[in-house]
Amino acid sequence: MKTDLSPRMKVALYGLMCVLLIPFVFPTWWMITSSVKPISDIFAFPPDLWPRRFDFTTYAQVFELQPFARQYWNSAYIAAIVTVGTMIISSMAGYAFARIKFPFSNAIFMVVLLGLLIPSEVTIVPLFQIFLSWGMINTHWPLILVPIFGAPSVFATFVMRQFFISLPAELEEAARVDGLGRFKIFWTIALPLAKPALGAVAIFTFLHSWNLYLEPIVFLSSTQMFTLPQALTQFTDAYGGAMWNIQLAAATMTAIPVLLVFIVAQKQFVEGLAHTGLKG
Amino acid sequence: MSQSSQAPHKPPFWTMTRRDAAAGYVFIAPQLVGIITFVLVPLGLVFWYSLHEWNVLASSFNFVGAANYQMLLNDPNLPAVLLASAIFSAGLVVFNMALALLLAVLLDQKLKGMVVFRTLFFSPVVVSLVAWTIVWSFLLQANGGINGLLSIIGIEGPNWLRTPTTAMISVVVVQVFKNVGLNMVLFLAALQGVPKELYEAARVDGAGRFKQFRRITLPMISPTILLTSIITIVGSLQVFAQIAVLTQGGPGMTTTVLVYYLYQQAFQFHFFGYGSTLSILLFLIVAALTFAQWQLRKRIVFYEN
Repeated sequence: MKTDLSPRMKVALYGLMCVLLIPFVFPTWWMITSSVKPISDIFAFPPDLWPRRFDFTTYAQVFELQPFARQYWNSAYIAAIVTVGTMIISSMAGYAFARIKFPFSNAIFMVVLLGLLIPSEVTIVPLFQIFLSWGMINTHWPLILVPIFGAPSVFATFVMRQFFISLPAELEEAARVDGLGRFKIFWTIALPLAKPALGAVAIFTFLHSWNLYLEPIVFLSSTQMFTLPQALTQFTDAYGGAMWNIQLAAATMTAIPVLLVFIVAQKQFVEGLAHTGLKG
Repeated sequence: MSQSSQAPHKPPFWTMTRRDAAAGYVFIAPQLVGIITFVLVPLGLVFWYSLHEWNVLASSFNFVGAANYQMLLNDPNLPAVLLASAIFSAGLVVFNMALALLLAVLLDQKLKGMVVFRTLFFSPVVVSLVAWTIVWSFLLQANGGINGLLSIIGIEGPNWLRTPTTAMISVVVVQVFKNVGLNMVLFLAALQGVPKELYEAARVDGAGRFKQFRRITLPMISPTILLTSIITIVGSLQVFAQIAVLTQGGPGMTTTVLVYYLYQQAFQFHFFGYGSTLSILLFLIVAALTFAQWQLRKRIVFYEN
């Protein structure tokens, strides 16, 4: 397929790709521009691709209508803990399953893999009951504990195991002969080599936690405790109608930081996820 | 730690093997305890609950055996729910695969600036799911941006989210544009893994571009297509936020997929027993598909590195 293309063909391909880009880029553009339009302008006809008038008070209103800073903090700290926790748990388990010989390791690995068969939607009712009996409803514990230790982390463990299996055995032999303990070998030799896999695990774990929606609406009930996805849907007037420009301002604030990180580190994102996706 | 005092020739208790085994168990302990606590015990509980008539509001909890499963079979909503799930999953996987393949083939061309295009096509993957869905909800309103753009070229668009067929199409399309970038980069990696010599040989034999694609590219990347389609189907069964934000399962029940129905029964109508029965149904479907995926992987494993 990789022959040199004629100039006309090149123009045609660029044109086609630009058209195809519209549904990928336009929504983000529309979200940002509409968030700074006064409410009277957001359904203007014909649509304004660039705001006629700017109204930045929407951003202030986001914080007046809801404890949005608090909700932002909730989402951010939960995602951070879940990401770091998953990296620790899954790299340790993945390393043990890949490199350490111990009785029943294969059988235990099969048990752990069952997590892939059982998405958390299936167990949401008993999980609610379990956290109710632990007095953890309307706390962030379910959103932290289940992703780190439960089904969502199994894929991360699987990815780490596949990575550690690919490391040559000689890397550890010398250290073993020198009498280094397992944890020392894991920490000083294996883990530093696993940075690409760990990076991929960090990215998809963070996105998963940041996007959680079913779990927060099941476990959380007070606005102070809400996470961002949940908070975004709450910007409605007394009749349940959406306050679009305010909602879009909140959505913009939710989306832009992650988008900026992505643009800076797009290579790691794309290649990390492509790599793990292939192996998974 | 050691029992060295008694017999000098006796090997120490903490041999390398034993130390390794102990380390292995310590390393996997958190994950294993987590899986038991948050996956296996709940799975057992959900089955136990499914044998009960359990209304949280009425605080009733009575063992009823298979009655919930009887109810499931006679549930007048179930055909509509399964149909909505099937249409959603089928529509999603077909549209997603086709678009991902098209984008991957385009990005695989020798052109400048492909990294920029790849980044932009991939960008919705990192946009918060609910934020993305809210923007589309805004665009799909009767007086929203899409109908605004359509009316410029003289088309009067429907009320997308309130009309049965267009509501389902909207939900599928919003989800495809959100995540097609993932499959796109998987396909791109697969395309770049096809040995170049094959194309050269085909060119010598006089095969055109289209023929090369059909006879070489498609067979070589078919394992990737197969695997990603199953992963995509399994993922599509878990769709919830998009439905909740865009249509709330409506109009009627046309977009009430299984997870959304489960959520309604358990957490809106407080039927935990019946909700658990629906969970078991979801589990069986996901497990069957995942099992099929593993079987397929085993058979086509020679294509993978």
